[in-house]
Amino acid sequence: MEAYLSLFIKAVFVENLALSFFLGMCTFLALSKKIETAIGLGIAVAVVQTITVPVNNLILNVFLKENALLQGVDLTFLGLISYIGVIAAMVQILEMILDKYLPSLYNALGVFLPLITVNCAILGGSLFMVERDYTFGESLTYGISSGFGWALAIVALAGVREKLKYSDVPKGLQGLGITFITVGLMSMGFMAFSGVQL
Amino acid sequence: MKLSPEAKHNLLDPLIGNNPITLQILGICSALAVTTSLKTALLMSMALTLVTAFSGASISAIRNHIPGSIRIIVQMTIIASLVIVVDQLLKAFAYDTAKQLSVFVGLIITNCIVMGRAEAYAMKNPPGLSFLDGIGNGLGYSLILIVVAFFRELFGAGSLMGYQILPLTTEGGWYQSNGMLLLPPSAFFIIGIMIWVIRTYQPEQNEAPDFVIHESHSHSAGESH
Repeated sequence: MEAYLSLFIKAVFVENLALSFFLGMCTFLALSKKIETAIGLGIAVAVVQTITVPVNNLILNVFLKENALLQGVDLTFLGLISYIGVIAAMVQILEMILDKYLPSLYNALGVFLPLITVNCAILGGSLFMVERDYTFGESLTYGISSGFGWALAIVALAGVREKLKYSDVPKGLQGLGITFITVGLMSMGFMAFSGVQL
Repeated sequence: MKLSPEAKHNLLDPLIGNNPITLQILGICSALAVTTSLKTALLMSMALTLVTAFSGASISAIRNHIPGSIRIIVQMTIIASLVIVVDQLLKAFAYDTAKQLSVFVGLIITNCIVMGRAEAYAMKNPPGLSFLDGIGNGLGYSLILIVVAFFRELFGAGSLMGYQILPLTTEGGWYQSNGMLLLPPSAFFIIGIMIWVIRTYQPEQNEAPDFVIHESHSHSAGESH
């Protein structure tokens, strides 16, 4: 249990996908202008991440690992294409389920759900899971916590940017430039957690 | 070979004028992550340029046969296959550097430059031009990557491509390295500053501010408040 807790803290704060691995940056910068959209996107990413990381872990262990499907066959080179397939399929299924059973949430997430397929935070989560050899339990924890960490970071950035638009930023730095500097400062703040040992 | 004006435009425009990273905000994830050393940045730039060029060419070659409703999946499959090829090649010929790049080679699949160019350019134009467009955007991406990596490695570790340029104080030299540059936040700062520099020279790239802050004059301050 303790191991899972420490993995959670590590994935949320110390190794935050957005702020220390720069994953999902395109959406992170493009859709963080308002807090409401940031919250919607954050929830969508967290949900999809929680589902896809453990599912990809199963795919890896049941089909792709050496000797898993057939004796003497190593299919790990098909990893990338299967993970992205799983992610696309999961997003599609999630979209249909939400549309049928939770239409209010579906409407709130709107256009963000399909966008998530090409969010590198999602594929990155799965690839980190492969690289670090997580077990099923660990990959479930990692999925939940890394998604949550990403959501936390985008909501925090949106909060800063909402205040920032009233400030007097030098010409040329307005918009994208100052956003980069802000994210850099946030990432520095999150680095303070790197000394935390659990 | 003589290039037509459009081909030339495709090749050169993305370098500064329409740079995928600083203007189109595409493909930033890997731009920041692999720039701690020049070597990884070069390898990553090559990988991305190749994938963008060949995916552009092959998607554009079959663009008239792709049904609109499943085009994203088709594009994704083509890109993913190309990335697998690149990944296997890197593992075979540059294993150590490929290990340093870790997940970021795989993440070329979701790199928005590749998808963005496929969707915005390759779906509408012939293969040759799409190939050049891919190369041009790949080079624009490489340019930013190489500049960022140059500063980060030179001042962060005192070396370039792994060779010591500035002798470090820890090894008896005179240069006190700035370890901050090797950490994630500095990548954000450097790109932010680069955007500032580019936009100072090309003011038409400036974004319109949401709010305009009026100059406050001393004589009007009393009246308006």
